[in-house]
Amino acid sequence: MAAFIVRRLVQSIIVMLAVAFVSFSLFTYVGDPINNMVGQETTMEQREELRERLGLNDPFPVQFARFIGNAIQGEFGISYRMARPVEQIIAERLPATLELAFVSAVFALVVGIGLGIYTALGRESVAGRLVLSAAFVATAALFSWIGAAIVAAVMLAVTFLYRGKWVGSTIMSLSLIGVSLPTFLIGILLIYVFAVELGWLPSFGRGEVVSIGGWTTGFLTPSGLQALILPGITLGLFQLTLIMRLVRSEMLEVLRTDYIKFARARGLTNRAINFGHALKNTLVPVITITGLQLGSIIAFAIITETVFQWPGVGLLFIIAVQFVDIPVMSAYLMMIAFVFVVINLVVDLLYYAVDPRLRVERAGGGGH
Amino acid sequence: MPKTTAILAGAAVIALAAGASSAETLRFAFQADVNSLDPHSLNETFTLGFQGNIYEGLIDRDQTLTIQPGLAESWEILEPTRWRFHLRQGVTFHNGNPFNADDVLFSYERAISEASDMVTKVAGIEEVVRVDDYTVDFVTTAPTLILPAEWDTWYIMDREWSEANDAVAVTNIADINSTNFANLNANGTGPFMVTERVPDVRTVAVPNPDYWRDVPHNLTEVIYTPIASAPTRIAALLTGEVHLAYPIPLQDIDRVDANEGTMALTGPELRTIFLGFDQARDELLYSSVEGANPFRDIRVRAAFNHAINRDAIGQVVMRGASTPAASMVAPGINGFPDFLEPYAYDPDRARELLAEAGYPDGFEVRLNCPNDRYVNDEATCQAVVAMLGQIGVTVTLQADTRSVFFGTILAQGGYDTSFYMLGWTPSSFDSYNPLFNLVSTRDPETGRGTFNVGGYSNERIDVLTAQILAETDETTRNALIAEAWQILYDDYGYLPLHQQGLAWGVSEDASLVQRADNVFDWTLVRIGG
Repeated sequence: MAAFIVRRLVQSIIVMLAVAFVSFSLFTYVGDPINNMVGQETTMEQREELRERLGLNDPFPVQFARFIGNAIQGEFGISYRMARPVEQIIAERLPATLELAFVSAVFALVVGIGLGIYTALGRESVAGRLVLSAAFVATAALFSWIGAAIVAAVMLAVTFLYRGKWVGSTIMSLSLIGVSLPTFLIGILLIYVFAVELGWLPSFGRGEVVSIGGWTTGFLTPSGLQALILPGITLGLFQLTLIMRLVRSEMLEVLRTDYIKFARARGLTNRAINFGHALKNTLVPVITITGLQLGSIIAFAIITETVFQWPGVGLLFIIAVQFVDIPVMSAYLMMIAFVFVVINLVVDLLYYAVDPRLRVERAGGGGH
Repeated sequence: MPKTTAILAGAAVIALAAGASSAETLRFAFQADVNSLDPHSLNETFTLGFQGNIYEGLIDRDQTLTIQPGLAESWEILEPTRWRFHLRQGVTFHNGNPFNADDVLFSYERAISEASDMVTKVAGIEEVVRVDDYTVDFVTTAPTLILPAEWDTWYIMDREWSEANDAVAVTNIADINSTNFANLNANGTGPFMVTERVPDVRTVAVPNPDYWRDVPHNLTEVIYTPIASAPTRIAALLTGEVHLAYPIPLQDIDRVDANEGTMALTGPELRTIFLGFDQARDELLYSSVEGANPFRDIRVRAAFNHAINRDAIGQVVMRGASTPAASMVAPGINGFPDFLEPYAYDPDRARELLAEAGYPDGFEVRLNCPNDRYVNDEATCQAVVAMLGQIGVTVTLQADTRSVFFGTILAQGGYDTSFYMLGWTPSSFDSYNPLFNLVSTRDPETGRGTFNVGGYSNERIDVLTAQILAETDETTRNALIAEAWQILYDDYGYLPLHQQGLAWGVSEDASLVQRADNVFDWTLVRIGG
């Protein structure tokens, strides 16, 4: 056990170093930060002097070694754009991203599992079909802003040809939109529908936030909660469709198994079979995937945060890239790498605990 | 006293019903946050314009950009190299400290210190002498007529406040141990006081109740939010969440106008966008021509200039929101040569000129362009590529993000370009600035011509530029400027394109003024109707 953990930790450190190296060598291509840091008339000597003071003239290995040395001590330097310590800025921004990630993960899980079950089971109820199709036509109409309704209409027409299960397949087709539409487009569509046209929700920002011991939260104010809805949906939509499709296929699989047939033969109620037995056995892979996707939600919040001017670490990163704010970029990338490494480490350890085969000393080694 | 030409044309005013003065909160959005509240840390239009509502300089510029007394009530030239400034009495900083000569001296020392980006604004000063509490003399190294031209944005800080809060040094990103108080806090003499500052999220200010001047605004609060994404910025305007959002992409002007309750405010900016030719090298770096530099031939430069249809670029690419340019300065800049006409669009003549120069079949050259710096910059370059294609010149477009672009074409990249786009606003609103920076022969020793990326060189213009700096008679000086611009025009030294258009989206609830230098002055805002 100890050897396994040590091996995993060493591998994690190597991964972190590799990420640091790759991202650091990419910074040479993002341009010269100096021009963003000085005015138009600043002389060349002053610019050169600033480069010198920032150590940008040092050879790459020197800069990289200095970065690693500081990073080990938890220091990532001072933001070129904001002239403040990077750790401080990231600590201020992290709550916004984590709250958004939490809301969208909950949204994706609840709605995704619900719709997944429905599409796996819901082939009989006529009323359910009608309500749902109406709901989806309405959604499609809202999306019609840029003509997505045409796409939806075509999909509806296609699904009519397969009448037998058209609600289910409509949801499935719409989930394709969720998977394939770029996040920024969904975000802008939601803003135009719910903020500009309907005026229900704010178009940008976090609303009023309450600060509790350095952690800013939007959960405690009405405007903070309102502000979470659109970005939460935007960020969660992709995960939602993923989870829905996963639940559906797993559920269909499980429903075909012998023990479900046996349960039916015993005369258990549908409710007990579907939710007591089938769903429970469906959720194991869903939990695994959701855990792994949590890292992606945090990492891919970049686009959602940019569209909604959400003051989290993703927006911070995008602005840093435009500004060539190297300390912020490197700290952010290290942080994301750290999140993934930790999640993978935890998953590995869980597998180790769950799967006895891993405990047998393996000759070949090798990871998962 | 120098007289700056009034720029009424550039200052569009919308005045709707003036509202009752109850609690009026102004909310506005710009595409990026101010980098710092420290007034000496970055010489950039938006940052300085924002800070100008909180801090003040010795002089001020009104909505037409005319020089007005600011913290200095009056000034006089005692001798050609000695200017005396009489400071305004009874002015206090937001913390209650009185403003006096000591603060001017302190702000000067701070502006020339390490990490300050204001050095150029107070350049050419040999010594600042405190005569008494409210009189300061500036001794210059050479006679000059435009000493205080940029002092509207050289802001005065309180010495006591800076010393008490460890903010004597300018916010320094190269020093890991400096967490400068002035970066996040402000204490000026200006009409507004910052009450809350959350970088990238929100900056809140309230009117200064003890402000020394009567100001027309009816605000009780100002909330500024940066919104980086243009569609979101427009959405925030359309929903009424902000009163002002800028910049508005030119293609969205119609959308903002069509919406009930909002309108687009457009006007020409003082920035001139132009193309430059590498005339310094014996052979172009990125061209098919070998052993010669075609841009050293005036006929080639003339051909390029006559091949460009500036009106078409204005109408199609800039959607009517730009002004075709004949010179390197905009109307409103002192010394603007109104006697020059933009080079005529004449592709036939351009082809003839090219043939005379020995390139009947044209040649290939690469054009360096930014794609996120100026209004529709890349699209403008694409139009140029197409127009030059009509006279047989094959232009390859290299469009880059601004940090890559500037890192390539400017001095630190070794002027690594053959043909490039650049934009320039003279921060002194005077022709000397572009003549010195863009047109004079490059000289690394004195910093002259540092931004003359193409290395254009004309001895007569160099002589004139030096004379313009030293000349203290305004009429003579303006004649020298006119001569310099005429020489550059006849020499086809550059390829001026246009003054780009400014576009602000404004709620009809608000009346405000769009200054031609793209600065937003909160004191001119009235909300309600």
